[in-house]
Amino acid sequence: MPQIFHHSTNTLARVTIFGAAFLVAAALGAATLLDRSAYWTRQTEVLKQPVPFSHDHHVGGIGIDCRYCHTSVENAAFAGIPPTATCMNCHSQIWADSPTLEPVRESFRTGQPLRWARVTDLPDFVYFDHSIHVAKGIGCVECHGRIDRMPLTHMASPLQMRWCLDCHRHPEKRLRPRAEVFNVKWEPPANAEAMRAQLAEEYRVTSMTDCSTCHR
Amino acid sequence: MSESDRTDAARYWRGLEERTPDAALQAQLRPEFTPQADVAPQGLDRRHFMQVMGASFALAGLGACTRQPVEELVPYARPPEDLVPGRPLYFATALTLGGFASGVLVESHTGRPTKIEGNPEHPSSLGATDRFAQAALLDLYDPDRSRAVLHLQRIRSWEAFLQVLEPALEAQVPLQGAGLRILSGSSTSPTLAAQMQRIRARFPQARWHRYETVSRDGLRSATLAAFGRYVEVRYDFSQADVVVALDSDFLTTGPGCVRYAKDFMARRRVREGQYGMSRLYCIESTPSATGAVADHRLSLPPAQQLACAFALAFECGVHGTGVLGPAGAGDLEKWRQIIGLDLREHAGRSIVIAGDESPVELQALALAMNQRLGNLGRSVIVSEPIEVEPTSHIGSLRDLVQDMRAGQVELLLVLGGNPVYDAPADLDFTAAMAKVPLRAHLAFAEDETSENCHWHLPLAHELETWSDARAHDGTVSVMQPLIDPLFGGKSMHELLAVVAGDKERNGIDIVRRTWTERLGADFDTRWRRILHDGVVAGSEEPLLPLELQRDSLTQLFLGVASDLAPRLERRNDSLEVVFRVDPTVHDGRFANNGWLQELPKPWTRLTWDNAALLAPATAARLGLANEDMVELEQGTRKVRAPVWVLPGQPEDVVTLHLGYGRRRVGRVGTGAGFDAHPLRTSAGLVHASGLRLRPTGEQVKLACTQLQHAMEGRHLVREGSLSEFRDHPHFAQEMGHGVHAPTSLYPGFEYEGRAWGMVVDLGACTGCNACVVACNAENNIPVVGKAQVRKGREMHWLRIDRYFEGSAEDPRVVQQPVMCMHCENAPCEPVCPVGATSHGKEGLNEMVYNRCVGTRYCANNCPYKVRRFNFLQYADQETEVLKMLRNPDVTVRTRGVMEKCTYCVQRINQTRIQIKKEDRPLRDGEILTACQQVCPSDAIIFGDINDPNSKVAKLRQQPLHYGILEELNTRPRTTYLARVTNPNPERGAAAGHAGDVRGH
Repeated sequence: MPQIFHHSTNTLARVTIFGAAFLVAAALGAATLLDRSAYWTRQTEVLKQPVPFSHDHHVGGIGIDCRYCHTSVENAAFAGIPPTATCMNCHSQIWADSPTLEPVRESFRTGQPLRWARVTDLPDFVYFDHSIHVAKGIGCVECHGRIDRMPLTHMASPLQMRWCLDCHRHPEKRLRPRAEVFNVKWEPPANAEAMRAQLAEEYRVTSMTDCSTCHR
Repeated sequence: MSESDRTDAARYWRGLEERTPDAALQAQLRPEFTPQADVAPQGLDRRHFMQVMGASFALAGLGACTRQPVEELVPYARPPEDLVPGRPLYFATALTLGGFASGVLVESHTGRPTKIEGNPEHPSSLGATDRFAQAALLDLYDPDRSRAVLHLQRIRSWEAFLQVLEPALEAQVPLQGAGLRILSGSSTSPTLAAQMQRIRARFPQARWHRYETVSRDGLRSATLAAFGRYVEVRYDFSQADVVVALDSDFLTTGPGCVRYAKDFMARRRVREGQYGMSRLYCIESTPSATGAVADHRLSLPPAQQLACAFALAFECGVHGTGVLGPAGAGDLEKWRQIIGLDLREHAGRSIVIAGDESPVELQALALAMNQRLGNLGRSVIVSEPIEVEPTSHIGSLRDLVQDMRAGQVELLLVLGGNPVYDAPADLDFTAAMAKVPLRAHLAFAEDETSENCHWHLPLAHELETWSDARAHDGTVSVMQPLIDPLFGGKSMHELLAVVAGDKERNGIDIVRRTWTERLGADFDTRWRRILHDGVVAGSEEPLLPLELQRDSLTQLFLGVASDLAPRLERRNDSLEVVFRVDPTVHDGRFANNGWLQELPKPWTRLTWDNAALLAPATAARLGLANEDMVELEQGTRKVRAPVWVLPGQPEDVVTLHLGYGRRRVGRVGTGAGFDAHPLRTSAGLVHASGLRLRPTGEQVKLACTQLQHAMEGRHLVREGSLSEFRDHPHFAQEMGHGVHAPTSLYPGFEYEGRAWGMVVDLGACTGCNACVVACNAENNIPVVGKAQVRKGREMHWLRIDRYFEGSAEDPRVVQQPVMCMHCENAPCEPVCPVGATSHGKEGLNEMVYNRCVGTRYCANNCPYKVRRFNFLQYADQETEVLKMLRNPDVTVRTRGVMEKCTYCVQRINQTRIQIKKEDRPLRDGEILTACQQVCPSDAIIFGDINDPNSKVAKLRQQPLHYGILEELNTRPRTTYLARVTNPNPERGAAAGHAGDVRGH
């Protein structure tokens, strides 16, 4: 009786069986990579904004303090997005006729708010509080990166839970003196580790990893 | 379970079904949840099921792979002063019910009110509120509120209405306003009073009529008879050792009830070495929440109740009450002696109080007893009236109907209220009103009355309005708006300003005008102070020294007594009917409020419906059972209603709750309950005899939470009498099965730092339900509707369990608030396959919604049945206006997610962050859970049990302290203080405390 299948079928069967396992593993791997990719987290994506606001110019160039615009960062969960009135403090004098700034002037004239696209956006089931991080000596740049070097703002961190937990498990690694929290150019000194250990004690920094710290 | 446990457990029962000998019915009651089998699709074989589920899982998995959408940030163009986005502001204002104010502090997130708390400075509140004030928030955002001025159901503008109203008013000027009538509810507003005076100046012949379902007419007439003038009566329960309540639900309804509950329960707080305790007797014709708290409760038909009150009055030595002779057969006669003696022994330190809905004779007897006992001026305070121009509501309404029928009314303005729905049936208000050529109704939503008026004007909510109002003791509050009217509503003052022809037409100008006159010099400072505090300091009504007019009272008693004798003879062919406003939807004004509709009513635990309440014996005699539809006939009027058999209801008395069966109401209230008003006449507003009842053979379904959450008869509620407690302080702890030394392979977890815990004082709980509504508001808890409640799917994180004890005819009631116990060894945690529920370092049992995949293993493994599952998308995420209602600090849960009490973790986190920033330790009482904050009687205490000086840690050391199901070694963090009652020792064991409480 002749063989029904050709010899090569054996190879085909082996490749298919082992290939399937490989394919599943590859698919899972690809999914993981995709999930952590900057594409997925929008980490490097520059969103379209009503006005091309440059932190590079305002912070890096002019040296305006973060708190001039983000007023509630020390008092509230939300750092605060400056109202149009804050922009107009300067821009009623400087670049007062710039066509780029027309949306700002229009907002000020009409009272209709500017509608910014939210760059650093946590999921809605996460309750983040700026004020306590700032109070414990976590610098702005720890999460927002070198904002003073961003002509157009993008996210500097993936904002995924594993990234949050990296720090929440070992908060002492990211500490800086309170006075330097808003200093984007601060560099840790040579004895950084000892200084941070001391700060952690002084500021009573504890590792907060209970689920309800962020989720409720 | 030993045999003694079994008998002991049988002492407490949840419903009559449990006591039936019918084995089949008993078997039905065994499952902890109502069977869910009917939910699964029928005709599905295993293979098909696997296919569907496999596909569902794959799709659900893919569904999770959404990329974060881009969201918007919208800052202010010009920021308001003092507002920090993300931080709430609090404003003091007041809410009224029946005209009386209760001071509140309202939490506002970027301009939208999200939570109402009591105002600690306000005498009617002292920081707590009742259930209605909590639910007012949902009313504010009710999507069914009226949104436009309507003329004959067509949309018009406010200006168009003024173009009609102003000429009509002008035409009344030469007639001195003879054709102008205004109808409203009770009011205590000084601004309204001033406006009425200005209207009188312009239209001397115009008349202002008043009508409310809870009119308090009985009290007004009684004070007229007793003192020859209208006065207000209020009570100081902190001065009372003995309280006799005649149909009074003073702990949970009526002006001042929050304050009364606080004062009353403060006198009943027994602890080790602290045994002083007041005693409460309730003599009532229908079971009330206050009756459930009573040390002795007598359930009597209205006539017998009145006779009993007469006998008591005679016992107290009230003149003119001896005409009736003995109170009745043996037992009642004995009660008269016992209560009478107790009252006399505590003369000057007692209170006899009749209910807001009680008729004049009961009120007069109560007043006379208080006077005779020397309570007046001590525990019972008589003052100038607090209402503006008090008047008899029924008389006032009758006059209006007569005038309308005679064609004397040309312009009728109805300010709030819903007389077409709730006026007594015999007056035929609707037909009389049809004769008025121009009628306008200012109302919160389109209702039965607006349907019958030419103009419907949207009324602004109290949180949108400038006004003022007075508390039960007369303290004045200025009410300020938290938000502009959402749908362009107008306040009563704004309409009345037009009538008065004032030039101030804006709410704030009108109210400021009153207060400019009152405050005089230094207006701005004092005005700001008043708005900040929410009260005008020192504005309570002082005590009025008045003499009782004995003769007119005696006349009244003699008249009543002669009518009473025939009523006392039992007639078997007919029943007596008792009308009460509903404990949750009140007179119908809250019929469209889902929080209140879904609130289980005290005693019956019914939701979404009212029913004809019958005593078990009466129902047995008539062959009726729960949910049987009957036809009730009073004279020529008929109403169809479902039956609910209620243990504790007096025999041959049918209680009907008003406020249901609204014909024109929003989507929530439509189809809920039946309307009892057709049976209610002006001669029988409170009760009437001659009711006939005919079974129709039909059945309806009612949604009752009574038989869910069975707790298998373990020692969940523990209670004892005062003498028991004194002799044997640890009785409660000995009742349990004992906590065996935990056996575990693992070392226990050491809670260093803070450890959250809660103690619920069962002795202080009145079952008023305010905590349940507060929890709804704070934690964005959805309303599920009647059909879902029937399946046992109500979402309340905090429920109040009600157990009966004793006989079906005369049971006692014990109530127990139950929420998540935050067990240290939580059975829910190890069974979660995805780690969605876990334990925090401070002992919180945490629930992570975004992790939950909805296996429901946790709920199945929870011995306390406190976990709630979103079987459907219960939270309304579509309706725009409801989005404003949500607490932004708490996730709005979606379908397929488990949820439960979190100890208000958002509040804990907020305070934790605050104290860390300030680098200071936590102060005890700094964190209040929503249920604790609202509790009028301070029955819920939350705090750090690791702090030995905290209130909660001290309570945990009390001998009354116990945990439920501790024998399972769950180590609950929510624990209880056993209830201690104070039965009169003269009554001994008959009072309900069986001597063999202790089984071990």
